Amino acid sequence: MTRIFAWIALIFGCVYFLLPLIGMAEFSLKMRRGVYSFDAYRKVFEDPTFWATFGYSLTLAAATIVVGVLLVVPTAYWVRLRLPKARPYIEFITLLPLVIPAIVVVFGYIRMFNTSSILPLTGSAIGTDFLLTMGYTTLALPYMYRSVDTGLRTIDVATLTEAAQTLGAGWITIMARIILPNVMIAVLSGAFLTLAIVMGEFTMAALLNRPAFGPYMQLLGANRAYEPPALAVIAFAITWGCMGLMQLVTRLAKHERAKA
Amino acid sequence: MSYLNLSHLEKSFGQNHVVKDFDLAVEKGEFISLLGPSGCGKTTVLRMIAGFETPSSGSITIDGQDVTALKPNNRNIGMMFQAYALFPNLTVAENVGFGLKVKGVGRSERDARTKEILAMIGLPDLGGRYPFQLSGGQQQRVALARALAPRPRVLLLDEPLSALDAKVRVSLRNEIRSIQQELGITTIFVTHDQEEALSVSDRIVVMNGGKADQIGTPFEIYNRPATRFAAGFVGTLNVVPGQVVDPAAGLVAFGGQSLRIAAAVGQPTGANVSVALRPEALRLGREDAHEAVYSARVQSVQFMGSTIRIGVQIADQSLSMDAFNRSDRTPPKVGETIEVSVTGTNAILLD
Ligand SMILES: Nc1ncnc2c1ncn2[C@@H]1O[C@H](COP(=O)(O)OP(=O)(O)O)[C@@H](O)[C@H]1O
Ligand SMILES: [Mg+2]
Repeated sequence: MTRIFAWIALIFGCVYFLLPLIGMAEFSLKMRRGVYSFDAYRKVFEDPTFWATFGYSLTLAAATIVVGVLLVVPTAYWVRLRLPKARPYIEFITLLPLVIPAIVVVFGYIRMFNTSSILPLTGSAIGTDFLLTMGYTTLALPYMYRSVDTGLRTIDVATLTEAAQTLGAGWITIMARIILPNVMIAVLSGAFLTLAIVMGEFTMAALLNRPAFGPYMQLLGANRAYEPPALAVIAFAITWGCMGLMQLVTRLAKHERAKA
Repeated sequence: MSYLNLSHLEKSFGQNHVVKDFDLAVEKGEFISLLGPSGCGKTTVLRMIAGFETPSSGSITIDGQDVTALKPNNRNIGMMFQAYALFPNLTVAENVGFGLKVKGVGRSERDARTKEILAMIGLPDLGGRYPFQLSGGQQQRVALARALAPRPRVLLLDEPLSALDAKVRVSLRNEIRSIQQELGITTIFVTHDQEEALSVSDRIVVMNGGKADQIGTPFEIYNRPATRFAAGFVGTLNVVPGQVVDPAAGLVAFGGQSLRIAAAVGQPTGANVSVALRPEALRLGREDAHEAVYSARVQSVQFMGSTIRIGVQIADQSLSMDAFNRSDRTPPKVGETIEVSVTGTNAILLD
């Protein structure tokens, strides 16, 4: 009896998620009258704005990942090593981006760093890009922190640090040669999540008026019929690709450990 | 001045006074064990030498240099931990070469040293493996090699054998000792296992409640314990009540007979004293060299292989004694009454 219900629930879930996707994918293939074709996709790929915004978001994603790693790995490491009592508070802070809407954050940025402020970051493109990277880092913080902290749990941080210290290593050597390589898997999975978030982010990029992928998708969606679903399918493919890579990396890591 | 000096070391964690006025002078090449029950401050002393804890007061010098305020990574000290502490992301060879690499030693010299030291610990072919591919004993050997590779001034070992099984533990401790002697490296070894400390050390520091109770060679510690704690903690000890009969001759009465204590007795005639007897002061049967023969009731018999540990009751006191196993003599049975000879020659008077 319970099995039947389980199956029904599963099938219902699949239909619920897949039907719109299938409908959308099917619609995106119908640009040419009467036959299925990839015309809509060709249109998208021929659009230079697609490549420009895609490249822009990809670059910002990379910057976000670098900033996130540099911020999160040493912090999570230090909290584990020296401030274990502060862990609940740090965790709470890293979860804040989940409850504070991006729009609030970005309005705050604009208020703080507008052209008439002491630090007029929004006055230049590069300054705004910097601001946007910081914003993205904030958005990705909960995922990055959790992932790295979980990675650190699998090693004996204190003993490894002390062993490295007795061998003459300073903090930079310890971070670069011992801690980071041991949490690399966790960092990578945090990085893929960050990539997925940044590629689809709309609010911050739109309000800071930067040519990112999210606003481009929105613009296209408001003005065309067949291209938006094609773009949605592409965006989906990117997200799922990231998820797949994350799984793959985790799987590889398990494989590493299974050899023991 | 000795090679490694700890003088008046004190350490408190908040209200918890963990190490109290700890003094120790270690000669170059000596193997010193810190022996004491869990929580007596052994690890804390070791961590102060390594630089992981800062003494509340007192000073530490190595080879004439005051290192009290020096950071751990500048002390040139090798350390081996209780937990497996190899870097999981590095191979055995990379682990061993880590300290040399940090010091900026060139590749060819590093490789040569790594090879040499891996051969010394008996794992010449495992350089390419990762730590998770090694057994616990092998991991601790590599940890030893890693600590020794940069030629540290002092080697610190914090119960490095406690996670291993008994057989590996014995063979590895002997190996540590022989490598230590070969390299002539000054070593501090922390353990709560008295057998371990007795078997490998040049000198032992018996620690109790953050203080050094007694410092001496294994022979001195075992045969002439300075305090009641040292006597009880190291080896098995039978403590029986006695009464001084003749202080000058060293005669003390126990169970209606007199035992002759080697040293003169400080207490007056008639004083009540505690006489501590090692199991080897008791012999099965009549023994001419032993001044007293008691009739004893066998309470327990533990067959240990080459020796038999027998628990006996003499004059209402439970004592334990060791007898050699002889294939031509069956051990006594529980409940039997046997003759036991006792000598006070090596007895210790506790007050
Ligand atoms: N970092 C620390 N903070 C607070 N108390 C500590 C710390 N390290 C050790 N202690 C306390 O100091 C005492 C001695 O510990 P330790 O030196 O580890 O003993 P041992 O190694 O002899 O078992 C223990 O009571 C322990 O709880
Ligand atoms: Mg300890």
